[in-house]
Amino acid sequence: MLLGRPRTFLLAALAVSVVLGVFQGLIDPYYVDVLTRIGINITLAASLNLINGHTGQFSLGHAGFMAVGAYTAATMTMFVGPQVLPTSAPVAVAMFWFLLALLAGGFVAAAAGVFVGAPSLRLKGDYLAIVTLGFGQIIAVVFRNIEPLGGALGLNGLPAHTNLFWVFAAAALTVYAITTMVNSTYGRGFLATHDDEVAAEAIGINTTRCKIVAFVIGAFFAGIAGGLYGHFTLTINPKGFDFNRSIEIVVIVIVGGMGNTTGVIIAATLLTLLPEGLRTLAGMSPAFRWIGESRPLLYSILLICLMLLRPQGLFTFRKSSQVKA
Amino acid sequence: MTEFLQQLINGLSVGSMYALIALGYTLVYGVLRFINFAHGDVFMVGSFVGFYVGRNFSKTTWGGGLFVMIVAMLACAALGILIERLAYRPLRNRSRLTVLITAIGVSLMLENAGQLVFGANPRPFPEVFPSRQFEFGQLVVSSKDIAVLMVTVTLLAALRFLVMKTKIGTAMRAVSFNPQAASLMGININLVISFTFGLGSALAAAGGILWAYKFPKIDPLMGIAPGLTAFIAAVLGGIGNIPGAALGALLIGIIETFVKGSRWSTWTEAIAFVLLILILMFRPAGLLGKLQPEKV
Repeated sequence: MLLGRPRTFLLAALAVSVVLGVFQGLIDPYYVDVLTRIGINITLAASLNLINGHTGQFSLGHAGFMAVGAYTAATMTMFVGPQVLPTSAPVAVAMFWFLLALLAGGFVAAAAGVFVGAPSLRLKGDYLAIVTLGFGQIIAVVFRNIEPLGGALGLNGLPAHTNLFWVFAAAALTVYAITTMVNSTYGRGFLATHDDEVAAEAIGINTTRCKIVAFVIGAFFAGIAGGLYGHFTLTINPKGFDFNRSIEIVVIVIVGGMGNTTGVIIAATLLTLLPEGLRTLAGMSPAFRWIGESRPLLYSILLICLMLLRPQGLFTFRKSSQVKA
Repeated sequence: MTEFLQQLINGLSVGSMYALIALGYTLVYGVLRFINFAHGDVFMVGSFVGFYVGRNFSKTTWGGGLFVMIVAMLACAALGILIERLAYRPLRNRSRLTVLITAIGVSLMLENAGQLVFGANPRPFPEVFPSRQFEFGQLVVSSKDIAVLMVTVTLLAALRFLVMKTKIGTAMRAVSFNPQAASLMGININLVISFTFGLGSALAAAGGILWAYKFPKIDPLMGIAPGLTAFIAAVLGGIGNIPGAALGALLIGIIETFVKGSRWSTWTEAIAFVLLILILMFRPAGLLGKLQPEKV
């Protein structure tokens, strides 16, 4: 169980996010930037962890769901909002509309999750990985061809609605929802599907439904994270949600340990801080400059070494839970 | 009509290069039952070896071109064997997902190392083979397309002979059929797997040289797209099946070229994946593959 009772965790985390949101103006913008990235990465990694970790599927297309959420939310705030809302709406109304936009992004991404989840009924392992990769690719190509959404150039000038409150509230809710769900009677089905599909089927678990539900819920939260990301960077384009972005999220989940929520949160934080730390290190002296240039190379070597030496993830310590994945 | 033929020739030549890459996926899948994600990047390394050898040691003649190709094939065969030895062999009995993630890691490593070593900017590929245009009425055929087709057909025939008629080929088929039984019959499985990786990587290198000869601009990320497409071609034909990989690759090459020439050209990148999803939904074993029931 995560940090004691889940509900206590949720309330504490929400309180922290309210405090962060209120005092955001007092924090150095650079730290706000880094904290926002951490929060978004936690949301993304926790939602992917449901699919790849708890349920034992392997998705390489998580950035695709993010793209769907980001574009939907941006459409809501940029195109639909001005039509519906009065021009001089109070801030509270704009914020409420942003919440609706995020939810809309989540729901459309969840609908995409049904499509991506469907092939997982017949495929597993490497094939599923390739198909989800393909879906991510197809989503990017589709957005590139929708001219009203900016085509290959993407959308610019999204309203800057994302702040630390939204980011950490979303992260807390994602972690809470997924943890409590996996630990419920219903959610044990996900773990059973992961551990042994044939045996799970034999004791009457509808593994088909478990897999689809995992994809839908994972996609929902990824969509919300996408909406937050879009209203944080203020510009989105299909290239920003490519295969590399998906891989980044996959690496976080692997480093944290597949199916290990606490580990994934730690990994999301550390792996977001690591580039910043390396950049500082590279800036300190010319002798360290090579570190900045070879960062992606270090990442890939880290991934290989992790698989060879510690496939259960850096932060998984229980010996009994053999990571089958 | 002329345009149709022109596109068909183009499609055949692109498809035959996909075939050379797809064979590597299919060979490795045949003996190890896993997708070697890094294969597309071995293809990229092949072109870069060709780039350095072709620029420094060779003249633009047919013999010189073949020399460049053979050096690249040998270098990549060594690279493939090395990757298998260091990254995949220690994971032989682990779950397939662990191996898959490692393969993705190796792929990223080659791409990033490539950007450090070769530089991230595209480089012009030297003319390793001579080239000229042949005209048949309105139809213009470049010697590039003819060379690509000829090299591919030769390599495919050689591969067919190797797999069907030689001792090591028989061993490969035995390992693919049942690794345990093969090892009980005294076949050195590690040797066969190393050989298979070397063979697949050499074919990818040949594909890389031909690709760079036809599209003379190379960069460290050039292997990703052809690699994925070729993988899809292997699945389309039925992975593990050698003639299937060639057939699937030609089909995908032709379809892609025709789409690229039509007004739907912006959708080209999605075509292969749409095909893949359709195939896996309706005929998961591929065009020429046999479906194997899951054992408990």
